[in-house]
Amino acid sequence: MNRIIAIVVGLVVIAGGVYWWWSQSQRTAQAPQAEPPKTEAQQTAPVEQAAAKTKACFIYVGPIGDFGWSYQHNQGRLAIEKEFGDKVETAYLESVPEGPDAERAMERFAREGCNIVFATSFGYMDQTNAVAGKFPDVKFEHATGFKREHANVSTYNSKFHEGRYVQGQIAAKMSKAGLAGYIASFPIPEVVMGINAFVLGAQSINPDFKLKVVWANTWFDPGKEADAAKALIDQGADIITQHTDSTAAMQVASERGVLAFGQASDMIKFGPNTQLTSIIDDWGPYYIERVRAVMDGTWQQQDVWAGMKEGHVVMAAYSNMPDDVKALAAETEGKIKSGAFNPFTGPVMKQDGTEWLKDGEVAGDGVLLGLNFYVQGVDDRLPQ
Amino acid sequence: MLENILITIATAATPLLIAAIGELVVERSGVLNLGVEGMMIIGAVIAFAVALTTGSPWLGVLCGIGAGILFSLPFAFLTLSIATNQVATGLSLTLLGIGLSGMIGESFVGRPGVKLPLIEVPLLSDLPFVGRLLFAQDPIFYLSIGLVAAVLWFLFRTRAGLTLRAIGDSHGSAHALGVPVIRTRYLAVMFGGACAGLAGAHLTLVYTSQWIENMSAGRGWIALALVVFASWRPLRVLAGAYLFGTVSIGQLHAQAFGLGIPAQLLSSLPYLATVVVLVVISGNRRLTMVNTPASLGRAFVPDR
Amino acid sequence: MRVELIKRPQQSVLFSVISPFLALGLTVVFGALLFIALGKPPLTALRLYFVEPLTELWSVHELAVKAGPLILIAVGLSVCYRSNNWNIGAEGQFIFGAIAGSSVPILLPGFQNFATMPLMLLLGMAGGAAYAAIPAFLKARFNANEILTSLMLVYVAELFLDWLVRGIWRDPAGMAFPGSVRFPTAATLPELAPTQGNAHFGFLLALIAAVAVWFFLARTLKGFEVRVIGLSPRAGRFAGFSTPRMVFFSFMLAGALAGLAGISEVSGAIGQLREVISPGYGFTAIIVAFLGRLNPLAIIGAGLLLALTYLGGEAAQISLGISDKVVRVFQGTLLFFVLACDSLIYYRIRVSFGNAAQAA
Repeated sequence: MNRIIAIVVGLVVIAGGVYWWWSQSQRTAQAPQAEPPKTEAQQTAPVEQAAAKTKACFIYVGPIGDFGWSYQHNQGRLAIEKEFGDKVETAYLESVPEGPDAERAMERFAREGCNIVFATSFGYMDQTNAVAGKFPDVKFEHATGFKREHANVSTYNSKFHEGRYVQGQIAAKMSKAGLAGYIASFPIPEVVMGINAFVLGAQSINPDFKLKVVWANTWFDPGKEADAAKALIDQGADIITQHTDSTAAMQVASERGVLAFGQASDMIKFGPNTQLTSIIDDWGPYYIERVRAVMDGTWQQQDVWAGMKEGHVVMAAYSNMPDDVKALAAETEGKIKSGAFNPFTGPVMKQDGTEWLKDGEVAGDGVLLGLNFYVQGVDDRLPQ
Repeated sequence: MLENILITIATAATPLLIAAIGELVVERSGVLNLGVEGMMIIGAVIAFAVALTTGSPWLGVLCGIGAGILFSLPFAFLTLSIATNQVATGLSLTLLGIGLSGMIGESFVGRPGVKLPLIEVPLLSDLPFVGRLLFAQDPIFYLSIGLVAAVLWFLFRTRAGLTLRAIGDSHGSAHALGVPVIRTRYLAVMFGGACAGLAGAHLTLVYTSQWIENMSAGRGWIALALVVFASWRPLRVLAGAYLFGTVSIGQLHAQAFGLGIPAQLLSSLPYLATVVVLVVISGNRRLTMVNTPASLGRAFVPDR
Repeated sequence: MRVELIKRPQQSVLFSVISPFLALGLTVVFGALLFIALGKPPLTALRLYFVEPLTELWSVHELAVKAGPLILIAVGLSVCYRSNNWNIGAEGQFIFGAIAGSSVPILLPGFQNFATMPLMLLLGMAGGAAYAAIPAFLKARFNANEILTSLMLVYVAELFLDWLVRGIWRDPAGMAFPGSVRFPTAATLPELAPTQGNAHFGFLLALIAAVAVWFFLARTLKGFEVRVIGLSPRAGRFAGFSTPRMVFFSFMLAGALAGLAGISEVSGAIGQLREVISPGYGFTAIIVAFLGRLNPLAIIGAGLLLALTYLGGEAAQISLGISDKVVRVFQGTLLFFVLACDSLIYYRIRVSFGNAAQAA
C-alpha cells in the first residue's frame, strides 16, 4: 500500500513539473516583448527618464566588508546615492565568483531594469561583454578590463602605480636597511606595474634599494598575509607594503613596530603608529560622472585609465614620518598630478640587465598594461 | 631570525594542535566528527565578536569554547541518539558552520580586534634562544601544551580514559559490560567541540586579530589528517602539528628568499606532505591495526 | 528524557518517499525563523528563494546551468558512497577532467571538426578518472583514509590549475592575465535552446548519466555488487566480490563523471580554462548526493533544488539585502534535516520521559 502511494505521489509530481514547464515556454513566448521596451523607453526619452529613477547596479568579487577592493567600490556606490539622492536607485551583489555566476548576476540586473551595471573585477570581462550583447540598451562599465566588444561596454582603470612610486620614495627615506617587503597577490600586469613603480620610486632616492616579494596567490587571506608579512620582516625588510586586500599585514607590522603602507583604503586604524600612507581607490567621482552621463543621455563608450590627476588615486594622510619626507612625497604627488612627471620615465633597466627605457623616454600605456617583467632591484623571479 | 621563525611556526601550529587533540579524543571514543572545520570557525567568529564588543579577549576565548561545545551538540544528537551517518552529518556541520559564521561575522569584517596579551614567565623568558619561544607566548599556546599532557594522562592513566578507549575499540562489548557508551561519546564530542572552538579563538585573537569569512581556510581538515598521522597518539599529534606548521611557514620563507621555485608548488607542499605522511603511516598495517579505534565511524544502537 | 531507537523490521517505504519532503519542510520553517531573526519578511524571503527563480524561462535555464555539474558529480558520488568509499575529492577530479579535456583546444588549436567535442569529453572523463585513481590506489594498497587523501588532492589540483593557466597554458594575447585562449566554436558545448537561455548540453549529459547510473545500480550485477559491498563487505567477499577492485571502480566512475562535469562546465559555461572554474561544485555535490538519498534519479531533483537555493539567494540579496551566506546556512540545514529524517526510515523513534535507570 505504501509503495502504491509512493508511486502515485511521484507520478503526480512529475506530471505537474512537465505541465508547468510547458506552460512556462508558452508564457515567455510572449514575455520577451514585455521586457526590453521598458529599458528602451528609458533611453530614447530622456525627458521621461528624469522622472523615472536611474538604476545603477554593481557586482563585487568580494564582500563589501573586506575593507579593501570591494569595500572601496561600494563606497563609490554610496557616493552615487549621496550625490543624486532620490533620482537614483542602486543595487548590488557581493562575493560573485567569476564565471557563469557573474554572467547570470549581470543578466539578472539587466532584466530587472538596471540602466548601468558596474562589473568590478577583471575576471568578469567575457561575461560583461556577453550580457552587453544581449541588452544593448543597458550600459556596462568593466573595471580593469580591455575588451569592449559592444558599443555599450566601457572599461575603466586607475593608475595605482603612481601612488606606488610615491610610496617607494617614502620607503627609501624611512628604511634603515634599504630593503622593503612586498606582499603580492598574483603576477598580473597591474601588480607587476605596482612593484616596478615602487622600486623605481625607491631607487630615485637610494639607488641600491632592494625589494623582496612574496606571492600570496590570493587577493584576500588574512592568515596568509600575516604569515607573509612575518616572513618578510624576519628576512630583514623594515618596510612592508602589499597588493592584497586585508589589513592583516598592517596589523603584523604594527605589532612588530615595522613601518608599512596600506592598500585600497586607509588602514590607519590598524596601524596607528606604523602606517605611513595608503593608496585609496576613490571611485566616487568616476561613478558619479558615468551615472550622470546615463541620466543626461550623453553616455558614450570610453576606455579610461586615470590616476592622481583625475582624482582616482588618492593618498591617505602622510603620517609617522618626519616633515621633510612628507614634503618630498607631497611634491612628487604634485608633479604627477600636474602631469609633469611620469613614474615610468627612463633611464630604466630591466631585471635581466637589458635597457628598457632610455633617458627621458616614457613607457607607453600599451606596454604597461601588459607588463610582465621586473626592473632591476627586485629580489625575486617573476612567476611566468 | 631563526628564533622569530620558530615563534611564527608555533603560532601556526597551535590551532592545528588543539583541534587535533580534541578530535583525537573524539575518535578514540569511536566517533568520526568531520565537522571540526565548522566548529572551529564558529568558535573563531564568536570569540572575535565577544572580545570586540566586551573588550575582553579572555571572555572571547571562553565564549569561543562555549560556542564550539554548543555547535557540536546537534552533531552529537544526530549521530549518537538518532544514529545518522557520521560522515555526512559531520560534513553538514562544516557547511552550516561556514555559513552561520559568515552570517554572524558580517558586521565584524574589517574591524580591528583585540589581541590576547602574551604571558611572560619572569626569568625564563630571558633565556637566549628558547626564552621567547617557550616562555613568552600567548596563553593559548601554553594551554595547547597543557592539553596534550592532560589528554595523554587522561587516556592512558585513568580509568575513565581506559573506558573511553574501550568504547572506541568495541562499543558492543563495552555496552555489554554496562559502560555508558552513548553518554561517554556525548562528552567526548563536546570536548572535541570545545577544543575546536578554542582553536578557532586562537585564530581570531592571536594569529591575526580580525575576522573574515572562511577564516579557518581548511585548518580543520588538516587537523583531521593530523589525527590519523599521529596514529591516534597525543605526542605524535604534537609532532605532526609542528611539522605541518614548519612546512606552511617554510614555504613562505622559501618564496621570500627568492629561490625561484613556482609559488604554487611551494603552496601545495603542506597538502602533499600530508598525503605522503598519511600513506606512510597507514601503510604500516600493524601500526594502524593496533592504534585505530576499531569502532570508528560505526553507529551504535543499543538493543534493549 | 531518553531518545530510543527501535529498529524497524523493514525499511519504511512511506518514509523513504516523504523524508526528503519532510526535511525540506523543516528547513523552510527554520528558514522562516531565521529571516524573522534577521528582521526580514519571512514569506517574501521564502518566495524569493524557492519560487521566484522558477517564474522566468531564462532563470530556469540558469537553473539547468547550475544544476548540471551538481547532478553529474553527485551521481558519481552516489556510487562511491553506496560502496562505502568516501570520495570527498570530487572537486579535484572536476578540475583535472577540465584540464585534460581543455588540452585539445589549447594544444591542438587547428583540430576543429565534429570530433573535437567528443574527444574533449572523453579526455575529460579520462582525466577525472585518472586523478580519482590516486586516492583509490592509496586506499587499496596502503589503507590510507580516502577522505583525507582525496581532500588534500583537491588543494593540489587547484594549485596545479593555477600554475598552468598562469604559465605554459596562458593565452599569449591575454595581456599577461591568467587564463587560456578562448575555445573556438567547435570546442564549445552547444546550448540547448539558444534563444531562450544559457542552458547547454551539460545538463542533458547530466540527465543521461543519472538515468544510466540508476539503471546500472538497480538492474545490473555490477550495481548489485556496489550495493552489497557497501552494506556488508564480508558478504560481498563470500559472493566473490573484491573490495579493493570496487574501490578503484567506484572512485574512477565518480572521477570520470566529475571530470565530465568539469570539461562541460569549462567548454559550455565558461568558454576557456581559467584559474577558478568551480564555485565549489565538488563539495555542494556531496549535499546533493545525500539529499537524493544516493539514488541517481532523486539526485536530479536534489540538484535542481540546490541550484534553486543558489539562484534564490541572489534574488534575495538584490531585493531584500539578505546576505549570500544564508544560502550556505540553508544548504547545511537542509542536509542536517535530511539526515535526521532519513533515520526514520530505519528506526522508529521513541522518546520516553521515564526514569533513566536503564543505562544507554
